[in-house]
Amino acid sequence: MKRISFKLNFVLTTLFVIGTGFFLLWVSNSFGGYWDRIITLMGIYGIMAVSYTLVNGVTGIFSLGHAGFIAIGAYTAALLTLPIQQKAMSFFIEPLIWPLNSIQMGFLPATIIGGLVAAFAAFLVGYPSLRVTGDYFAIATFGFAEIIRIVIQNSYNITNGSLGLKSIPPYTTIWWAWGWLLVTVIVIGSLKFSSYGRALRAMSEDTVAARAMGIDVFKHQLISFVVSGFFAGIGGALYAHWLTTIDPRPTSLGIMLTFFVLIMIVIGGLGSISGAVLGAIFFAFFAQWLRIVESPMNFFGINIPGIPGMSMLIFAIIFILIMLFRRKGIMGKDELSWQYIYNYFSKKAGDQD
Amino acid sequence: MIKIKGKDAAKKEVLKLENLTIRFGGLTAVDSFNGYLNKGELIGLIGPNGAGKTTIFNMITGIYKPTFGTITFNGINITGIKPQITTHLGIARTFQNIRLFSEMSVLENVMTAEHSWLQNYKAKKILHAHNPSEFPKPHWKPWFWSAVLKTPDYLKVERKMKSYAHDLLKEVGLDKYAHLKASALPYGPQRKLEIARALATKPSLLLLDEPAAGMNGQETQELLEFIENIREKFSLTILLIEHDMKFVMKICERIYVLDYGKIIAHGVPKEIQSDKKVIEAYLGDESYV
Amino acid sequence: MSSSNLIQDIINGLLLGGLYALIAIGYTMVYGILRLINFAHGDILMWGVYFALYAVVALSMPWWIAFVIGIALAGLLGFTVEKVAYKPLRSAPRISSLITAIGMSFFLESLAVVVWGGIPKSFNIYPKFFNRTLIFGHVRIQMLTFFILGVTFILLLAVLWLLYRTNTGTAMRAIATDIPTTSLMGANVNNIISLTFIIGSMLAATSGIMWAMRYPQVQPYMGFVPGMKAFIAAVIGGIGSVPGALVGGFLLGMTEIIVVGLFPNLAGYRDAFAYVILIVLLMFRPTGIFRVYSEQKV
Repeated sequence: MKRISFKLNFVLTTLFVIGTGFFLLWVSNSFGGYWDRIITLMGIYGIMAVSYTLVNGVTGIFSLGHAGFIAIGAYTAALLTLPIQQKAMSFFIEPLIWPLNSIQMGFLPATIIGGLVAAFAAFLVGYPSLRVTGDYFAIATFGFAEIIRIVIQNSYNITNGSLGLKSIPPYTTIWWAWGWLLVTVIVIGSLKFSSYGRALRAMSEDTVAARAMGIDVFKHQLISFVVSGFFAGIGGALYAHWLTTIDPRPTSLGIMLTFFVLIMIVIGGLGSISGAVLGAIFFAFFAQWLRIVESPMNFFGINIPGIPGMSMLIFAIIFILIMLFRRKGIMGKDELSWQYIYNYFSKKAGDQD
Repeated sequence: MIKIKGKDAAKKEVLKLENLTIRFGGLTAVDSFNGYLNKGELIGLIGPNGAGKTTIFNMITGIYKPTFGTITFNGINITGIKPQITTHLGIARTFQNIRLFSEMSVLENVMTAEHSWLQNYKAKKILHAHNPSEFPKPHWKPWFWSAVLKTPDYLKVERKMKSYAHDLLKEVGLDKYAHLKASALPYGPQRKLEIARALATKPSLLLLDEPAAGMNGQETQELLEFIENIREKFSLTILLIEHDMKFVMKICERIYVLDYGKIIAHGVPKEIQSDKKVIEAYLGDESYV
Repeated sequence: MSSSNLIQDIINGLLLGGLYALIAIGYTMVYGILRLINFAHGDILMWGVYFALYAVVALSMPWWIAFVIGIALAGLLGFTVEKVAYKPLRSAPRISSLITAIGMSFFLESLAVVVWGGIPKSFNIYPKFFNRTLIFGHVRIQMLTFFILGVTFILLLAVLWLLYRTNTGTAMRAIATDIPTTSLMGANVNNIISLTFIIGSMLAATSGIMWAMRYPQVQPYMGFVPGMKAFIAAVIGGIGSVPGALVGGFLLGMTEIIVVGLFPNLAGYRDAFAYVILIVLLMFRPTGIFRVYSEQKV
């Protein structure tokens, strides 16, 4: 089997990134606001999914707390970009505490701070939770995410409580979303394909053997969890400036969001970065497309009433069918690399001979 | 024939186990085990199933913490030290039921063990504290950031890891399978890969848990030569658990016999073969006679 | 806090605890046998409540027959969920079954939104005398409270009797320790697992219906939070142990009510107590009160 050289790989990948850039430019110019928004959302979902698959797929520990870090990133960044007068207007139950009430900064620093705060939260959550394993870890992280959500709901002088934040400036463009997605993929990809990534993948298979090979399992799990938390926070910051309104209901930044991201990475294949991106694109696209099912239709003169909730039901069915019949999703643990494509087609050609 | 290193050879104690005891609930799995390994020795640890042999391995490598007793490795008390640090200090092991990273390639399995090269700061600190003149003060390096940012520093180490892993695979004859998934290997090569993986941590003491299990006569003979070979090449001290008596008698210089967590005999193979207690312990289990 | 408030709180705590305990039994029995957190458990509960509601609203049945039908159909649903989604994955990695269970929960909720609608519905199908209030000095207790407490205790006793005094119960407890051996002893493992799901689901549905009577409302996501908390109750008690689930359920219910009673400021954080308890417990004694599982062997 031929191996594709590093140089060729680099050239092809650069061309692919530039090509994608032009494609996005074309889409946002010629299809207008609606598709522009959806494709921006794909980028945001991609960031959330790639950071989630680092923990749940590559490292092989099952967290259910992703939405907690997304929420922290979202709130932090939104509180930093909201205009000062807007804050004074929104916080009418209790005024916003100093210094948040007198800060307003640009989108980029706010996003990065959102990521850092989320990463710090991931450290605080991961440190105790990683002492337990398996489904206990899943429940512990879910518990922390719920605690984060409930604290947000009750902290009126910081987060405006259950009223949420409104009129967040709509800064998130296609370029911010896909630019950050590129950064996420490069960083997490670089991590996965390094000595540390090998250690993470080894741990996901057998922690006892990994320890015997000199890997500090706890430390590496924590590193992975914190990196994941950072990008979840970035995703959350972008999401807040895409939604422009955020609140702590379970259906917006709660367990429901974790479910959605889980669906994306299960579709893409747990542990695959490119799979996570594909899963996110698929999810964002079909969630929009399935809205048709939920709106009333006129079918050959017969009026079919819309069925609310139908799109989520279809996703749930897809999700279960994947788990039952194709557990590795689209990509399994593999990456959609040029080598993968080359192997795929040379195998196909071989079959025909 | 195996040369038994005489009294004239400079004796250096690599491993010393004193009164090693562990209890699980009410059960005493290992009871006051005393033993030692000198540099370059190949020692056998035998005994019926459930005698506590693997438990001793687990205590040496730090997976279990002994209830009491001490483990001294190269003069350093390592009792209760975490498994990853004992590995960094130079103790490597294989497992009774092969535990490879089966979804990863053969090469990656070996390279995973080489990750310990970047992670041995704590172990180096222990060594420095033990003997400052021989071991210089270690410097902590942010390897994680170097790895993510792919700094020249890191890429150099990565290249070294790769070439050393290929060397090791050549050594055990698995080089041609380097890019195969570990689970795709047949049983015998899997055993060898596990040993190669252990060697990649650059150990001075190697613990082999039933390396000949499930092998036929031909394969066992090959394994025997292979172990002799790596012992020489990597100047290893080896402690091995084995059920195949022929194998143990042929290869080991001294043997500890364990039954119900207690040593019932210790000596050179000849003495063990004729020891009454040993025969008694194995009696009734025909496969060993 | 006055003594009458305290009595009131204790009664409310017992009530909530009993409801948690009934749900927790299903969790703990399933986990005991399959080592699976059945995330869909709370959603089966929700379906049971809807079945009961529609048996009255759409089929105009008497309330008590509707309750029985709702509970029976929930048992059937639990049976089906196990056969369709969990049984094929019994030999798969545990994490796969966990993900599937989450998917099943999501499926049952989405299906409920489609079938019953996403808007909360009032659950006013029980007779009015349950709303009558009895007054003992300063303590006021609804008839409903007596009803719920009574049903809860009868069911808990019945479960304990089943588990410890019948052959089926012995087989259930045996299977939780060791599936292969038990099947060698002649017990039909599949039947017992099915039975576990049916009983667990029926208990959960009973709890759900009483929950809906007390907070007279039904909506597709109503099962999730009580389900999670009941699971935590099971962990508190020592997952796999039925008496543990009872103790854990009552402890959790009591804590939620009494802490809010003592510190009314914390009312907004009530839903977080369970998670805090869980996390503290996992740090210091992950096996819960009744230790059932020991650590894995290397």
